[in-house]
Amino acid sequence: MAPTVEVVQKQCGHPEWEEPFVVNMGPQHPSTHGVLRLYLELDGENVVKCDPRIGYLHRGVEKLSENMTYTQAMILTDRLDYISSAANNVGYCLAVEKLLGLEVPRRARLLRTIVCEMARISSHLLWLATHALDIGAMTVFLYCFRDREWLLDIYEKICGARLTVSYPRVGGVRLDFTSEIIDELYKFTEEFPSRILDYETLIDVNRIWLKRTKGIAVISAEKAVNLGLTGPSLRGSGVPYDVRKFKPYDAYDEVEFEVPVGKIGDTYDRYRVRMEELRQANRIIRQCLDKLSETEGEPVVAEEAPDLLMPEKKKTPQAVPHPKKGFLVKGAEVPVVPEGEVYVSIEAPKGELGYYIVSDGSGKPWRVRVRAPSFVHISSIPELIKGHMVADLIAVIGTLDVVLGECDR
Amino acid sequence: MGVEKETVEVAPDIRHIPGTPAFITPVDKLINWARTGSLWPMTFGLACCAIEMMATGASHHDLDRFGIIFRASPRQADVLIVAGTVTKKMAPIVRRVYDQMPEPRYVIAMGSCACSGGVFRTYSTVQGCDEFLPVDVYIPGCPPRPEALIYGLMKLQEKIRREAGHWGFWR
Repeated sequence: MAPTVEVVQKQCGHPEWEEPFVVNMGPQHPSTHGVLRLYLELDGENVVKCDPRIGYLHRGVEKLSENMTYTQAMILTDRLDYISSAANNVGYCLAVEKLLGLEVPRRARLLRTIVCEMARISSHLLWLATHALDIGAMTVFLYCFRDREWLLDIYEKICGARLTVSYPRVGGVRLDFTSEIIDELYKFTEEFPSRILDYETLIDVNRIWLKRTKGIAVISAEKAVNLGLTGPSLRGSGVPYDVRKFKPYDAYDEVEFEVPVGKIGDTYDRYRVRMEELRQANRIIRQCLDKLSETEGEPVVAEEAPDLLMPEKKKTPQAVPHPKKGFLVKGAEVPVVPEGEVYVSIEAPKGELGYYIVSDGSGKPWRVRVRAPSFVHISSIPELIKGHMVADLIAVIGTLDVVLGECDR
Repeated sequence: MGVEKETVEVAPDIRHIPGTPAFITPVDKLINWARTGSLWPMTFGLACCAIEMMATGASHHDLDRFGIIFRASPRQADVLIVAGTVTKKMAPIVRRVYDQMPEPRYVIAMGSCACSGGVFRTYSTVQGCDEFLPVDVYIPGCPPRPEALIYGLMKLQEKIRREAGHWGFWR
C-alpha cells in the first residue's frame, strides 16, 4: 500500500503533472470532415490551445496542372472542393477565358449560373446534413440526402456524372440542357422551398440544436474580415460581402437576389445565413430557367473556343507547331494562350474561391494557384475556439464548412 | 452415416431433421452467413469518394438493408473502405487503422485513387492503397456510383461465403 501513496505524491509534485493534456483530434475522426488534424491542449474540458495540422490530402493539384493543357487541367478542379465541383470548374474556366479574351455566349452564362447554384444547394445540403449529424440530429442527415440525391440525378442528366461534373468548358459549357432537364429543374425549384421548411421544422425548435449553436464561436465583423473569412462564415457576422454582387460574373448581373447577413456572428447566425442562401439559390435558378427560353437555340460555346471534343488518339506524341490556331500535343490541337497573368475569384459555396494563373505563352499553364476558402477558414479555428470546450470544436469545424481537398489541394 | 438418409435437404448444405426444429449445416457456412449479414465498415472518409460513401449509407441507397452500419471505431469494424486518395502523409494512419481492426478484416479500395492513384500521379500520392494494405475488392470510378459501392460490397459478401475453415485465426 505504501508505495502507491508515494507514487501519487511524487506525481503531484512532478512538473509534468501540471502540464496541459495533449490530444490529437484526427486525422481519423468522423467529425473532422475528412482528414483534418487538430493538435489540442486541454485543461479538463476546456481547450487551451488548438493547432490545426493540415496536408493529409495534399495531392499536388497545382503542380500537376502545370503539365496539362488548359482544358485538361479543368478536371483537376473538380476534385478540389468535391462537394460543389461545378463552381470550381466555372472559376477555372473564367480565369482561362480572361487569359484568352473569350466572350461567352449568353445561354452558356445562364446554364453556368444554374449549375453553380445547384452546386451551392447541394453543398449547403451536405453541410447541413453533416453539421446536424455531428451535433446530434441524425434525422436531418437523412432528409438532406434525400433531396441532394434528386439534385445529383439532375446533374447526371446534364452531364453524366453525379459528383465530379466537368460540365463547364473554356468558352461555354459542354452540352445544352434538354427540355427534360428544364422540366425537372422547374419541378425541383417548385418543390424545394417546402423541403427547406421541413429541415427548419426539424431543428429550429430543437433545444439541443439551439443550445449547441447559439453563442458558440462568436466572431465580430472586424475580426472576421481581419482573419480573411469569406462566404457565409463572413456574412454570418454581418458583412454583406458577396462576389456575385460586388464583381458579377456569368449571369449574376441579370438576376435578382438578396445577400443574407447575420447579426452577432455565432454558429446559429451562420446556419440561418446558409438556410437563406438555399432559398436565394433556388430563386436564382428559377429566374435563369425563365430566361433560358429567350435564348432558345443559341450556341452554348463561343466560336473561337478551344476544341471541346475529345481528340482522336493519333500516334504523334511529339509537339508539332501548327500554322494557324495552336500546336499539337499527343494528337490534340492545343490553343496557344497569350502570355500574362490573371486572377479571377468567384463566390463558391464555401467562400471566395480564386484562381491565379500565369501563362508563358504556351499551351500549358506555367503556374496555377488556388485561393481556397477552406484553407483560410481552417486557420481561423484557433481564434474561434477560444474559451470553448472540446465538444464545441465539432460545432466550430462544422460551421466553417471546410473541405480538406480544397485546403490541402 | 445415416444423416443423409434421415434428413431432408432444404437448401444447399442445409439439412432438416424431420420431426424436430433442428437443421444440420457445416460450421463454416453458418459463420460465413453471419458474417455476410453484418459487415460493419469503418467510418473513414479520405476524399471525394467519402461523399459517395455517405450517399450510399444515407436515405436513398440505404446500406442498412444489407446489415451494413457505419462504425466509428476500428475496434468494432470488419471492413475498411478506403474511400479516396491516400497521400504519403496519410498512408501510415490508414495502415494503423487497419492494424487496429480485429480479424477477420477486409479492405475495399473505393475509387480510382485508392485502386491505382487515379489522375494524381504526383510526388505526394500513394499509387494505390494495395501498396500497403491487402485489398479484397477494387471498385473503379471517379468517384464510383453508390450502386458500384453496393455491388462491391456484395462481391465481398460472395467472397466471404466461399471461405472455408477460416473462422479462427486468419491472415
